Amino acid sequence: MSAAPSPNSRGLLWFEALTAQSGRVSDAPATLRSADAQIGAELTRCIAVVPDAGSRFPRARQGEVGLEEAWSLAREVRRAMAMPAVPRRALLAVVDVASQAYGRLEEMLGIHLACAAAADAYASARLAGHPVIALLVGRAMSGAFLAHGYQANRIVALDAPGVLVHAMSEEAAARVTRRTVEALRLLGERITPMAYDVRSFARLGLVDVLITGVNADAPQPQDVARVRSALEHAIAAARAAPADLSNRRHSPQARVSRAASIEVRTRMAAEWDVP
Amino acid sequence: MNLAARKSFIELSARERARAILDAGTFRELLGPFARLKSPWLPLQDIVAQADDGVVVARGRIQGHPAVIAALESAYQGGSIGEVSGAKIAAALELALRDCERGERVWPVLLLETGGVRLQEANLGLAAIAEIHAAIVALRRHVPVVGVIAGMVGCFGGMSLAAALCSRLIMTRQARLGLNGPEVIEQEAGITELDSLDGPLIWSLMGGAQRHATALADTLTEDDTDALARAVRAAFKLPASTPRSEQVEAFCTRLRQIDPANPPTPLALRQLWSAEHPR
Repeated sequence: MSAAPSPNSRGLLWFEALTAQSGRVSDAPATLRSADAQIGAELTRCIAVVPDAGSRFPRARQGEVGLEEAWSLAREVRRAMAMPAVPRRALLAVVDVASQAYGRLEEMLGIHLACAAAADAYASARLAGHPVIALLVGRAMSGAFLAHGYQANRIVALDAPGVLVHAMSEEAAARVTRRTVEALRLLGERITPMAYDVRSFARLGLVDVLITGVNADAPQPQDVARVRSALEHAIAAARAAPADLSNRRHSPQARVSRAASIEVRTRMAAEWDVP
Repeated sequence: MNLAARKSFIELSARERARAILDAGTFRELLGPFARLKSPWLPLQDIVAQADDGVVVARGRIQGHPAVIAALESAYQGGSIGEVSGAKIAAALELALRDCERGERVWPVLLLETGGVRLQEANLGLAAIAEIHAAIVALRRHVPVVGVIAGMVGCFGGMSLAAALCSRLIMTRQARLGLNGPEVIEQEAGITELDSLDGPLIWSLMGGAQRHATALADTLTEDDTDALARAVRAAFKLPASTPRSEQVEAFCTRLRQIDPANPPTPLALRQLWSAEHPR
């Protein structure tokens, strides 16, 4: 029997607050939770990856997205796509993922493909007309975020300490860039894309809704109600917009912070066909 | 093969690689160095920004068919994905998608040679990679997306997911493919988990021969420019099949058969996951 998940898992806390269920899936590990939540008038399929000290794969016991988590994400998303619902059922990725699992076995068994399969499933759901929403309640790190959340039509985030987005943990990033952790933090204050905090991430135009004043670690009923309301609006907005990710370049923040991303597209389109 | 007759693809620059894959005389670079689209973030960190940001995008033809190639230059910042280099790849795929949706099929090829996100542009590199993934999944419904990992850098980080999303993946023996680079695993999990200097071990886990033998890559070629170009042409002629990243039940079943406490050796995995094994 698996040990109880770590009680300080924000992912589990918010998953349970929204669904009022454990979300255990009979053919998935205890690290994967999937259940419906009532968001506005519709049932929304919520999916989370949570810690489990008894997980079969030791490198995926603390909230990492490992092999089983990633393949189970892909399966749960595709199952939700197969559920009959009109309009198509919305999907909610509750995101608190420490990292992808780092291990020799994980690499040999193709964790890159497992994470790709999860990203593929979310992207396929979005293209099929399912509103896909990511709710950032904790860490949204690197390959784990690419697998679980970053293919969403809309990104909703709690404006709270501990809500972090980045490509690599601070320690590993310091080693790879040959800097100290302290130097990296100072750089993050000056270079917005290098920062870890969610407000900096929002300044890049990558967050559609930043919810302030919510207790992320001990959500009160009014906190949960506000998050539900934000999710309801995000689902409606996703239904009314294109199924691609182009909205990530349309916000006033993106026009400034991602000006180069926009310019590349405009200029390449102009050069695409022979003049 | 006669070594003297062989022309190394690995030793070519990204621009030369793209030119070598396209039909002779059809290479036309988009947003080349004279477009001066550089990283806006590197100069803020006293790093010299290269005028093409390390990605060559070219239109041209493959066996007479309209094509687009995006090639990563590993000699610049390790082929890392920054805001501009990532946007160039995403934009090329998005434009190919637009043409395909209009009924004008464009054959897309990705020459992947990258350590993943450029950490100096961290979150904007990651954002661009998510957009590349989105574009591959959308484009793959219209036309095969062909990925090539030639080496020597290999393909790591978020771009390893891009490789896995490709309809067809071509590798050489010198190439490696993995989510986490050996140095990162050593940093995060310790040297007993993986010694990043142990080349034979690393290639036995994630090298091109192993990836091909375990059906995680479709084609294994020699490091020869003509062989690579032939492999790309052949990849567009293969009959349609379910992309690997959609074969969820098959891989869930495979994974259940693995005991993490008593894992197979890389050689044993070749028996379990060979291409002959139904997947």
